[in-house]
Amino acid sequence: MFESKSGVLLIGGVGFFVIAFLSNALVPALMYRHLPEATVTELVERNSNLKYQFEDLSHRYPEQFAKYYGEPTQENCAEALRLGRQTYVNEGCWHCHSQFIRPVSREEDRWGPVSKTEEYQNELQRPVMFGTRRVGPDLCREGGRHGNDWHAAHFFKPQLVSHHSPMPEYPWLFDGSPNEPNRRGLALITYIQWLGSWLESYPYYEEWEPISAKPAP
Amino acid sequence: MINAQVRPVAGATHEELVDEPLVVAYFLTALVFLSISMLAGFLMALQLVNWNPLRGVELLSPGRWRMVHTNAIAYGFLANAFLGALHWAIPRLTLKPVLDRRLSWFIYSAWQVVVLGTALGILLGPTLQANSSALAALPFSLGAQGVEWGETPVWIDPLALAGLALVAINFMPPIIRTGGPLYVTLWYFMAAFVWTFLTYAMGNFLPQYALAGTSAGAVGGLFIHDLVGLFVTPLGWGLMYYFVPIMLRKPMWSHGLSLVGFWGLAFFYPLNGIHHFLYTPIPMFLQSGAIISTIAVEMVVTTVLVNFFGTIWGSGRAVVTNLPIRWFYTGMVFYGITCLQCALQTTLTFQALIHFSDWVVGHAHLVMFGVFSMWLLGIMTYLFPRLWHTEWYSRELCEWHYWLSAVGLFVMAADLTLAGVFQGFYWASLQPWEDSVDGSMPFWIVRVFAGVAMMAGQGCFFWNLYQTWRVSRGALPAFASAPVAAAS
Repeated sequence: MFESKSGVLLIGGVGFFVIAFLSNALVPALMYRHLPEATVTELVERNSNLKYQFEDLSHRYPEQFAKYYGEPTQENCAEALRLGRQTYVNEGCWHCHSQFIRPVSREEDRWGPVSKTEEYQNELQRPVMFGTRRVGPDLCREGGRHGNDWHAAHFFKPQLVSHHSPMPEYPWLFDGSPNEPNRRGLALITYIQWLGSWLESYPYYEEWEPISAKPAP
Repeated sequence: MINAQVRPVAGATHEELVDEPLVVAYFLTALVFLSISMLAGFLMALQLVNWNPLRGVELLSPGRWRMVHTNAIAYGFLANAFLGALHWAIPRLTLKPVLDRRLSWFIYSAWQVVVLGTALGILLGPTLQANSSALAALPFSLGAQGVEWGETPVWIDPLALAGLALVAINFMPPIIRTGGPLYVTLWYFMAAFVWTFLTYAMGNFLPQYALAGTSAGAVGGLFIHDLVGLFVTPLGWGLMYYFVPIMLRKPMWSHGLSLVGFWGLAFFYPLNGIHHFLYTPIPMFLQSGAIISTIAVEMVVTTVLVNFFGTIWGSGRAVVTNLPIRWFYTGMVFYGITCLQCALQTTLTFQALIHFSDWVVGHAHLVMFGVFSMWLLGIMTYLFPRLWHTEWYSRELCEWHYWLSAVGLFVMAADLTLAGVFQGFYWASLQPWEDSVDGSMPFWIVRVFAGVAMMAGQGCFFWNLYQTWRVSRGALPAFASAPVAAAS
């Protein structure tokens, strides 16, 4: 059995793989089967924070917004969210930014509430954007922490607003200047502003106390 | 003499068994993708220290090239080099040719379409879709897919899966037609054909089409891990069980340990995946299971290493005289370090500190370059003279290739591991994020130069290869060079 073709193929090859798949992939899928998976339209409908940010984009960049999205309607916001997520994936943002808060390493203090399963049950987490690396900060509570114009400048040339940032610049998300985000640029800003916008704590600001201000022990 | 070792074997001649031009084609293609991958990694390394001279160019975006870096190494270099080595090892081990030579060449071409399609999709896809309303209307993205190590665009996934099925169809007949109990190598290969297919299907389709959120994260973790554990690892170890006894001219030390190693890996490796997402909303009991399995894998790996070091016991001088053996055993030492690291870093204690940091990046380089690329470069060092029927042009250059690669890799891995510890403490101490970036700079600068050393090593290899090819064509007189794989 241990050195035969059928043993290796059926037990080792197929059998052990299936055991692992059932226990590690099917179990969580079954556990969460009662949690509904929200569509993008549903995400937009119940979210006034996101609506505010999307309308703010239309006021702040009226010509660009009218050219690429027309009116700040719910349908257009859903379209921008989808394209924003696609841009986030295609540009590899998720390789330097994670989207989950752990209950350790004082992440709650820095980023806000620990991530919960329900937050990920939606169309925009397909495939899920947990991420595995943080060159830059975690983004799942980023929505609302910075204004839309900050994000525009930051995507155009990160060093304009964050001096030592090693983040690459993305001028192709603009029509020439940081004041002119194009379809993808507006979409990516919308997507980033959506992150965490569903939470009570939105927008989350950490209570940061410089180390030097603390009394010496 | 080289030629004497490629003697006819019972029943079939070497020429009938091995399609030598195909092996050469696979190896050379693999080296092209290795170069592309290293340049892509270099670009990202320069970006991190703000030395990137090519800023703001959409098609040279470090974010996109970072994905080309990993995909080119996994599917361009490792897969091609493995296929080349398999086309040598399987027919010679079973004494039977593969199913069909034309199919072999078809698979070769199809796989290059997959790899190039992946690279072009990642680099050009988003640009094309942004500039053409017809393409933008497509229901899917032409660019990268949001699965780590599976960024292969969704429109290539079916083709890649078909290619993997054809690989199994082409290689299985000689194995199936072999009677009696099979040698260790073939256990690993057979299992790898099944696992690679299943792993690819699981990782590239389920999180995209079937599952959302946390359960997709569990599958993503399985995929990241299985790609290393069930595609790269079994093919790598299978080749080691084939080449090491041949070069040392003695059997494996213990067949019993070979059995423990294979079945232990087969059982525990697939259960590890979720350890990539500890402290996520994935149920805690599944995280604990993955941690325990990972530690179990470390124990199994120890048995495999004991077996290989038992084999070389008494022939230790081979690591000095025989370059391929040196590549192999260096890879095994790195494998031991990697797996020890694994068993430690998978614990919740370590994870709290080092997850998301450069520690993980160092670990990945240690595995993918330090172990599997080392083995494949060793196999190439062994096989190119046999494929071209001449000694290496220069043993010196072979030595440089080895030392620059090994030292460069070791410095890079050690540097990034240490960087990860620093980053973890910066983050946990709640200093401003920018401080963790500034604090990483010295490590990132060292990493750039370690990468340069590794690239210089490959440069020596390519030059040596070109000159050896010229010698084989008679364009260059043979150079009185010491053999790189002297019999021990």
